[in-house]
Amino acid sequence: MTILIQFGIGVVFGLGLIISGMSNPAKVLNFLDVGGITAGTWDASLALVMAGAVAVTFIGFSRVLKLARPAFADRFYVPTRKDIDPRIIAGPAIFGIGWGLAGFCPGPALTALGFGSASAFIFVAAMCAGMVLARFIAQVPSAARVVTPADPLET
Amino acid sequence: MVVTPFTPIASLLGGALIGLSAVLLMWTTGRIAGVSGIAARLFPPYEDRELAGRLAFVAGLVLAPVLARLVTGSLPAQTIAAGTPLLIVAGLLTGFGAVWGSGCTSGHGVCGLSRLSVRSLVATMTFMAAGMATVFVMRHWS
Repeated sequence: MTILIQFGIGVVFGLGLIISGMSNPAKVLNFLDVGGITAGTWDASLALVMAGAVAVTFIGFSRVLKLARPAFADRFYVPTRKDIDPRIIAGPAIFGIGWGLAGFCPGPALTALGFGSASAFIFVAAMCAGMVLARFIAQVPSAARVVTPADPLET
Repeated sequence: MVVTPFTPIASLLGGALIGLSAVLLMWTTGRIAGVSGIAARLFPPYEDRELAGRLAFVAGLVLAPVLARLVTGSLPAQTIAAGTPLLIVAGLLTGFGAVWGSGCTSGHGVCGLSRLSVRSLVATMTFMAAGMATVFVMRHWS
């Protein structure tokens, strides 16, 4: 039952990516292209995707997180870390470079697979390799590591 | 480069659907709708028993355009300008960085900002700046 629900939630997310235009890398790159502001080619749409998503999530989370527990789980798994460590800057910096090179972030890249695009498949394969590599490195105990993360995947 | 039109209504509506999805996932499973976290945990090592649910969510993401095409008969334009070598480098960086920084556009940019998380605000500002700087170098320095 919950499996089917999570499939449906994934579909809603994917439809949101398609309708918003985020599944089109050209649109994402044209948003990130601040040089396009003076040239007249800047596409501000992505700012509205963020605004729409954050507005609904902000209101929804504030209500849902007041509940005693989720509908189908024993508790809420909400990240609790508040420290600013080097990885919370280095990770997004690396991620942002990759995002700016192709115009894909993980959600839209996965949805792009359903468009039947070979380019999306190549990107997703490399992305998965990068994810596995990062998890592997994060787990290797090393004396050279400056900071020991508590949970590499915690938001 | 391909010029894309400004689509305020569709983008706001699509964004709202993404938000709805994040709220529904939190309400039903108690989990953050962070696509990189969900996708990365499809691979070992497995720390919990949520693999089937994550697979179902990712399957929904992938099949959304297939369903949309079945219902409407068409899909919006998708232009992928990058060639194979660039796609591989970009994919590696995107996947590695998302896991290294504990989240991506959805986990930090949507869910994190909505929870007023300072870590997510730092992450979002960093990947926005890095993305903008990268596009600037790629498009205007050559």
